[in-house]
Amino acid sequence: MTGERRTDSGIPVAPLYTQDDLEGFRPDEHLGLPGHPPFTRGPYETMYRGRLWTMRQFAGYGSAEDANDRFRFLLEQGQTALSVAFDLPTQLGYDSSHPMARAEVGRVGVAIDTADDMAGLFEGLPLDKLSVNFTINATAPIILAFYLVTAERQGASYGDLSGTLQNDLLKEFLARKAFIFPPAASMRLVADIVEWSSEHLPRFNPISVTGYHAREAGCNAVQELGLTMSSAIAYAEELQARGLPFDSFAPRFSFHFATTMNLFEEVAKLRAARRLWHDTATTRFGAQDPRSARLRFFSGNSGTTLTAAQPLNNIIRSTIQCLGAVLGGAQSIHVMGYDEAYELPTEEAVTLSLRTQQIVAHESGVADTVDALAGSYYVEWLTGEVERRAREVMKAVEELGGAVKALESGTPQRWIAAEAYRTEREIADGSRVRVGVNRYVDGSQAQHEPRLFTLNPEIGELQIARTERRKAARDEPAAVATLAALREALRSGANVMPPILDCARVGVTLGEMSDVMRDEFGEFREPSPW
Amino acid sequence: MKRPRILLAKPGLDGHDRGVKVIAMALRDAGAEVIFLGLRQSPERIITAAIEESADVIGISVLSGAHLALGRQLVEERGKAGIADVPIVIGGTIPEADANALRETGISRVFPVGSPLDEVVDGMFREASAAVAP
Repeated sequence: MTGERRTDSGIPVAPLYTQDDLEGFRPDEHLGLPGHPPFTRGPYETMYRGRLWTMRQFAGYGSAEDANDRFRFLLEQGQTALSVAFDLPTQLGYDSSHPMARAEVGRVGVAIDTADDMAGLFEGLPLDKLSVNFTINATAPIILAFYLVTAERQGASYGDLSGTLQNDLLKEFLARKAFIFPPAASMRLVADIVEWSSEHLPRFNPISVTGYHAREAGCNAVQELGLTMSSAIAYAEELQARGLPFDSFAPRFSFHFATTMNLFEEVAKLRAARRLWHDTATTRFGAQDPRSARLRFFSGNSGTTLTAAQPLNNIIRSTIQCLGAVLGGAQSIHVMGYDEAYELPTEEAVTLSLRTQQIVAHESGVADTVDALAGSYYVEWLTGEVERRAREVMKAVEELGGAVKALESGTPQRWIAAEAYRTEREIADGSRVRVGVNRYVDGSQAQHEPRLFTLNPEIGELQIARTERRKAARDEPAAVATLAALREALRSGANVMPPILDCARVGVTLGEMSDVMRDEFGEFREPSPW
Repeated sequence: MKRPRILLAKPGLDGHDRGVKVIAMALRDAGAEVIFLGLRQSPERIITAAIEESADVIGISVLSGAHLALGRQLVEERGKAGIADVPIVIGGTIPEADANALRETGISRVFPVGSPLDEVVDGMFREASAAVAP
């Protein structure tokens, strides 16, 4: 076949790359060695020879016990850490009994109303031994407090806790849309958590700056990288404005990228991300501690590349994406279930996702040497090209006044939507191939629906009754007093973590705390998408 | 023919708005007037807006799995408001069995994940012209 070829981001690809394409490329300066600046080849010297990536399937549904069952199952199958999905009411600050919550309890994740629910979620799972990722944002301080109270009850010490709190609100406004409070209040909460955690949780990542959701909402690899870096800059500036030195918090920053289908562009993006963050940290923020400039990331496979038609094809798509994350040097990886175009994954589907990671890790040989693609004419050229173009995105955000002002104007959201529309148009006209959808369509199995996951329909009622029982049994004056102290901290500007921890310890619910915060901060309304 | 007026909304708490925005852009390119309510709309609010905006069709998008409850509530509110002639169309992550259940409760069309863009646009235009026909 002839004609022009482009990456997913629209970068023109030549039929052949040679030494001539690497003019100006200096390995010492642009690559360095793994574990050393600019970290292009990886954040650690030995990478997967020292330790494999963390296999971390995102999981959670129903009640705390339901999710606990799935966690235990995954650990028995050889998963090495946990990643918690919360239901929408938990993410948006509603107890399960709230009218807006009723249809959504336990649906896209586990329902958590109280610290007792969190204790049930980790029943028999020692938090000083297990790294846990929490995909939580607007209610992140509350979920962090529930987790810490659970650790206290288990007798674990804060110094032994490891894991990651997503806690990236900018990408909620941009793409994921689980925001509650306006941007300024959201930035304060993010910074409160990072500041408090930097002091009390030495092994825990209190933020994961995330491009994943903008990508899933439609933007391309270059935009994903540029927007992520712009958000990281905004958070660093917010923390610096509190008088905190960059090196006091930046070593605990973690990142989260999507890894999708265009294999070499994804690898190039992940390598470029490390080089770009190193440059940003040292040049812009004057990082002295090398760990402040060393980007570590979690890779999530892309759900939007999966198809409802011929669903078994998704296993192959996920394998390629997993390979991209490994060749790009990920610290932890989630592989999508092949049935996720329909529903939450079944036990069979998540097992296959984990097996995909295990086969790539132990059979393919790609983990045997560090950054195997370094020095490839194409990959090095593309790494440079993605970096250059991502810098243009960062510059455009800067011209809009930085990440916060930009999202308030709605402009990056429009970039994302425009790119999503272009992609769908290309699928519709066949210029972007989707096997089983617009090419190699086989009518007999076009909609071969797999056996699907089903949720206990009683979950809502059960959860509401349980929270009511717990509220009836708590020390009510203490609950009232701690909530009043939280309101006072919100007004005075004091760090929210201590009063939220006090609330969590005496059984104040997530909805009650969120209501006080809604009262004080107000709620965000989206700008028009057009 | 009069340009169809199509109201699009995301009911419930689900924030996945990639699909509904793509549909909005495709409908506009095809000549429809799109009223875009956006995120976190209650069924009551969607029906009220449909009346205020004289919508010919209501389109909602649900990717959180809450489509059955939200679809039923919307049909119920539509009945209470006395606009049972305004068709409701749902798109999202909807398994076949649930799609059948939704059609039985009075949802006119269901577009599960993977529905071709042109099919969705065509279906919404057909519902609109059926609704505005004398």
